[in-house]
Amino acid sequence: MSSKSGSGKTSKGAAATKPEADAPEPAEARKAKKSEAGAALGSSFKLSSEQSGKLMRVAGIVAGIGLVLGGAGFASDSKRFAFSYLVGFVWLATIGLGALFFVIVQHLVRAGWSVSPRRHLEWLSSGILPACAVLFVPVAVFAHTLYHHWMGEHAAHDELLRKKAAYLNPGFFYGRAVVFLVLWAGISLWFARTSRKQDETGDRSLSQKMQLASAPSMLVFGLSLTFAAFDWIMSLTPHWYSTIFGVYVFAGAATSSLSALVLVTIALQKAGLLKGVSTVEHRHDIGKLLFGFTVFWAYIAFSQFILIWYANLPEETVYYRDRSAGSWMVVSLALLFGHFIIPFLGLIARTAKRNITVLAGFAVWMLVMHWLDLYWMIMPTLDVGDAHFSWIDLGGLLLPAGVGAVAVARAATGGATYPLKDPRLAESMRLENA
Amino acid sequence: MPREPERNKKGDRPAVDAGHAAAKAMSEAAVEPTTSSTEADSGEVFALMGRFESPAEITHACEALRDAGYKHFDAHTPFAVHGLEKAMGLPPSRLPFIVLGGGITGLVSAISFAYWSQAVDYPLVIGGKLAFSFQAFIPIFFELTVLFAAFATFFGMWGLNRLPTFFHPVHTYPSFHRASDDSFIVSVEARDPKFDMTKTRELLEKLGAREIGAVEA
Repeated sequence: MSSKSGSGKTSKGAAATKPEADAPEPAEARKAKKSEAGAALGSSFKLSSEQSGKLMRVAGIVAGIGLVLGGAGFASDSKRFAFSYLVGFVWLATIGLGALFFVIVQHLVRAGWSVSPRRHLEWLSSGILPACAVLFVPVAVFAHTLYHHWMGEHAAHDELLRKKAAYLNPGFFYGRAVVFLVLWAGISLWFARTSRKQDETGDRSLSQKMQLASAPSMLVFGLSLTFAAFDWIMSLTPHWYSTIFGVYVFAGAATSSLSALVLVTIALQKAGLLKGVSTVEHRHDIGKLLFGFTVFWAYIAFSQFILIWYANLPEETVYYRDRSAGSWMVVSLALLFGHFIIPFLGLIARTAKRNITVLAGFAVWMLVMHWLDLYWMIMPTLDVGDAHFSWIDLGGLLLPAGVGAVAVARAATGGATYPLKDPRLAESMRLENA
Repeated sequence: MPREPERNKKGDRPAVDAGHAAAKAMSEAAVEPTTSSTEADSGEVFALMGRFESPAEITHACEALRDAGYKHFDAHTPFAVHGLEKAMGLPPSRLPFIVLGGGITGLVSAISFAYWSQAVDYPLVIGGKLAFSFQAFIPIFFELTVLFAAFATFFGMWGLNRLPTFFHPVHTYPSFHRASDDSFIVSVEARDPKFDMTKTRELLEKLGAREIGAVEA
């Protein structure tokens, strides 16, 4: 319990000596001890004040750079910054949403293996999603720039947009956004807080409570993510429509949140904060999910493409015409290879998923690819005919990313690094990939 | 039982008869503790077998056999015992490579067949699209990749496990049926260079095996 006072070095040293006493312990004894798992396992289950300070500093620096770059970008080209910011905002929001999805799904299926990864997903979702509620303000301010196709005056003279006006009108748009953001923040905070409460009380009924809440939460999640994707991204091209669009955005949310989870897991394991709780077996399982959702993304991307390509209707093909024009074709191909073929071949082997360097490398890679995917969805509205990457795009990414990093760091420093008294903790620790 | 003496060569025996005979011999051996001399009289020994009563026991026994340097031994359990592969020191399965090969074969054959039929053998313009419009065939590329990979998995598994095997000497161990009920059985094969009738038996005894007995090849 004294880990908080110890410096990073001493707690590491203690962590190295402690597991020897645990290692030969039979599973039954471990099970008996699980109520005081925190004391029995590694020496530290909380970030030391030094580690917390370092984490907050790094996140703060990213946020600072983002603020400066974003401000400069806004000053030099506010229209471009609006679009760049939307890319960055959705990039961050989808990481939080993917994390929320996995938190809910672990309760929904009563998953045993994922007890410690679930805590890190709680950090990601409960940190990012409430921050997104604030970070949405610039999007709302820029809305008339971003969505001028249907928010502007000429929408009244557009036959198709007049028919869609019952849904696509500014008032309803803002109202829906508020509902989505409040729901996401509320659900993510509730799951994170309930889970943290169990750290203290060890009350098993909290697990049942979260399980009970998981099914309706999943329904709310699925519908809100779908309509948010329609509202914030698909409505940039208001004539065009794709009913699978929400699923496509979800596929990106899943890969990006799993990538973030990989990085958090590896960082905590390296810091010695998950000794005996999260091992190579857990990384392997997260890697499997990342691999699977990479394939899922390709499957959904192709499903969207094939129907439009086959039917060949002008109001639908316009989306792909814009994205195969000029240098956008290069971005499209970069996505095909970078978001699917390269990670597919790279992560297919068992040894790759169990190798820290390979897995971490692909996690970073997939986070970049997710940004490129959103860039590919959003920016052709602004850069018609050719892709023009600019430093403003970096500002648009780093500003929300930095704020999100600070929020996640705050969530991470607030409590234990894994659910100390979860009834399935012992099961999770015994995980082994056959 | 059909008698076909001309086909009754090595490895192609009437399984039931041989099984019964050996089982009878074995059950006698199990009742009265025999010396190794009687075992040596009765033909060529395939393996020495022992029965354990819990997953923990057999895991421990496999670890001990592995650490003693045995390579050719097997475990027969009523259900999958986690960690047993590691305890036995088994190398990773070669099956994934067979599956990968099957998948690649499926993908290549799908692409080449689509190309040959659409662009070479019988080009047709459909909906104003190019003769070889690969986009339309991606589902087929995918399906054939999966199909060939599934076949490779299934038949590769058969091949690696030498299936179908209609007779195996370990089935003559009298309690072998309990390997699908409540027992965990170890067979240490005689072809193992470390195998020694007396020493292996002693090791199994030390590990707490019950009903230790030899089975004939």
